[in-house]
Amino acid sequence: MDLSYTPEEEEFRARLKEWLAKVLPTLPPKPSPDDWPGRRAYDLGWQRMLYDAGYAGLHWPVDAGGQGATPTQHLIFLEETENAGAPYVGAGFVGLLHAGPTIAAEGTAAQRARWLPPILRGEEVWCQGFSEPDAGSDLAALRTRAWRDGDDYVVSGSKIWTSHAEAADWCELLVRTDPTAPKHRGISWLAMPMDAPGVTVRPLRTLAGSTEFAEVFLDEVRVPVANRVGAENDGWRVTMVTLSFERGTAFVGEVVACRRVLAEVAGEARRNGRWDDPVLRRRLGRLSAEFRALWRLTQWNVSEAEGTGGVPGTGGSVFKLRYSQARQDLYDTAAEVLGPEALDLGREWVIDRLSSLSYTIAAGTSQIQRNIVAERLLGLPKGR
Amino acid sequence: MRFQLTEDQRALRAGVRELLAARFDREALRAAVDTPGLDRALWRALGAAGFFALRLPEDEGGVGLGLPEAVLLFEEAGRVLLPGPLVATHLAAGVVEGAATGETVVTSVDGSLVEWLDAADVVRVGDARTVEKDALAAVPLRSLDPLTPLHRTAPDSALHGARDGAHDVVAAAALLTAAEQLGTAARTCELAVQHARAREQFGQPIGAFQAVKHLCAEMLVRTELARAAVYAAAVTADPLDIAAARLLADEAALQGARDCLQVHGGMGFTWEADVHLHLKRAWVRSRRGGSAAGAEEALAADLLTARGTSGGHML
Repeated sequence: MDLSYTPEEEEFRARLKEWLAKVLPTLPPKPSPDDWPGRRAYDLGWQRMLYDAGYAGLHWPVDAGGQGATPTQHLIFLEETENAGAPYVGAGFVGLLHAGPTIAAEGTAAQRARWLPPILRGEEVWCQGFSEPDAGSDLAALRTRAWRDGDDYVVSGSKIWTSHAEAADWCELLVRTDPTAPKHRGISWLAMPMDAPGVTVRPLRTLAGSTEFAEVFLDEVRVPVANRVGAENDGWRVTMVTLSFERGTAFVGEVVACRRVLAEVAGEARRNGRWDDPVLRRRLGRLSAEFRALWRLTQWNVSEAEGTGGVPGTGGSVFKLRYSQARQDLYDTAAEVLGPEALDLGREWVIDRLSSLSYTIAAGTSQIQRNIVAERLLGLPKGR
Repeated sequence: MRFQLTEDQRALRAGVRELLAARFDREALRAAVDTPGLDRALWRALGAAGFFALRLPEDEGGVGLGLPEAVLLFEEAGRVLLPGPLVATHLAAGVVEGAATGETVVTSVDGSLVEWLDAADVVRVGDARTVEKDALAAVPLRSLDPLTPLHRTAPDSALHGARDGAHDVVAAAALLTAAEQLGTAARTCELAVQHARAREQFGQPIGAFQAVKHLCAEMLVRTELARAAVYAAAVTADPLDIAAARLLADEAALQGARDCLQVHGGMGFTWEADVHLHLKRAWVRSRRGGSAAGAEEALAADLLTARGTSGGHML
């Protein structure tokens, strides 16, 4: 067991920190959360800077245009960019973390050449059309239909919880191409242009007041058959390649950020006198233990991925279950420190507290994650 | 960075598990419950296997390994509920004659409590001091844990409340205890899963019901988080990492044993099932080194320092 970094890794870190110190002061001011064109431009501008500096697609394979970095280098990258206050991946999320890796793994040479470079260069934004109003945790129950018509699919249905739909050029879309097959076997993966006729985006307002995601209605949208990645009806497997691309690095930046916030919350408690309450202090101490351990678990999972050259698999579920709860506890504790000010949306941490409520739901609810842990890691039987 | 067990560490863990399976199987555990007392032959066997001399340098007759290897040993000991003052004797190796080989059984005064006083040859206070048993004026308790005899030192004893000693020894004791708790957490998760797969009600294994399944999943989550914390603290030997490891390992063991009991239903409430032995031992271990409040306060205080706020990456 070794927690020290190799000279190569330390050099990677040093060069990155140097670069960040140089470029971050040149960034334009952050756009407001509701300014979608502004957010798109800001996020893509950052991606272009990464590209020019050789940091784009750090974890992508080299033959897909990426840097082929090790999981540990990726961890260092996410840790240092967070420490330096660099922009988050933002609108590039789906392209860089889901759609891109899927195309890299399953796409044809022509598909890779068409779609991957613009993602890396920060020129095109992708969104994800997976969930539907009646297909959430039970994703494979999706009903959006696609019929073949010559060289096109004609797609009708609706998608929901689509992040960055308003800013996206492309949508990685799961559609049902064979309604008679068992539910996992009749699904195909399509790249749909968001400006195609028949696509309607209706923003959804979250309980935090912002419009982070949208409903996407599809009314006889024509998508070229050439935009299908993988074989027809093999979309479920293609999608699972995407979802298992995760190498234990999904929440690196967030854990770093949570540790910083926790220290700031302690500082605020000290300033406003709540620090004198031993119950509160002990709660802060316990949260510190929690986030220290989550950081260690991250290092453990990343090292495991490094060793196998593959994926940590369901270790990610173990992490997510605990992290999502810890994040909610952190902001609940921040609210306790703030006292009456916790009711003021203008106060730091209050919006974050609201946003934290999504963590036990998004990307697999905690209930689904517990099923995964119990069935795949512990070998408990599936229920009837 | 390669935060995974090395091949040698895997081999060491497998070796210890094998040794304990041979020398302290379930039958031996239940026999120990029925007939309390320290098994000196087992103690010497542990000594011969290097359990106590593990961290002594090789030129002092030790194995020359470190805390990361020690936590693997103590995790295995925790899994099988190996009885005896293991931590105190391990920490006395190289200091107290015969401790390293398992010839001498060493216990220590921890606050107002002393484990295994009657069986011990030597009683230590803190890091360096050895005391006569009589000087403690200790009285036996009816110990909650059938496998851990306990004495309480007299309230007016000069030693009452003694918990001093070199910081690294105190920290090592806390870490090895956390490793034992980790063993209980892992083992109670396994026992719960085994039972949930075998026991049928309403025509299916109870483990197919989500209410049961989710209890088991949370047991594993707590165990794996505690494992990362305990192993990392063994690598860094940082007192705050150890404080964090202790908190998470206590939680994983205490809640794990309770949930295991719950999954076992009525059987879990019986003397015959092993579950209560894990819960009771976990309660005893969770009292070592004082209450959890100290660890929480230390971690909280660190948040106000520059180190807690940022400054450099987290090693």
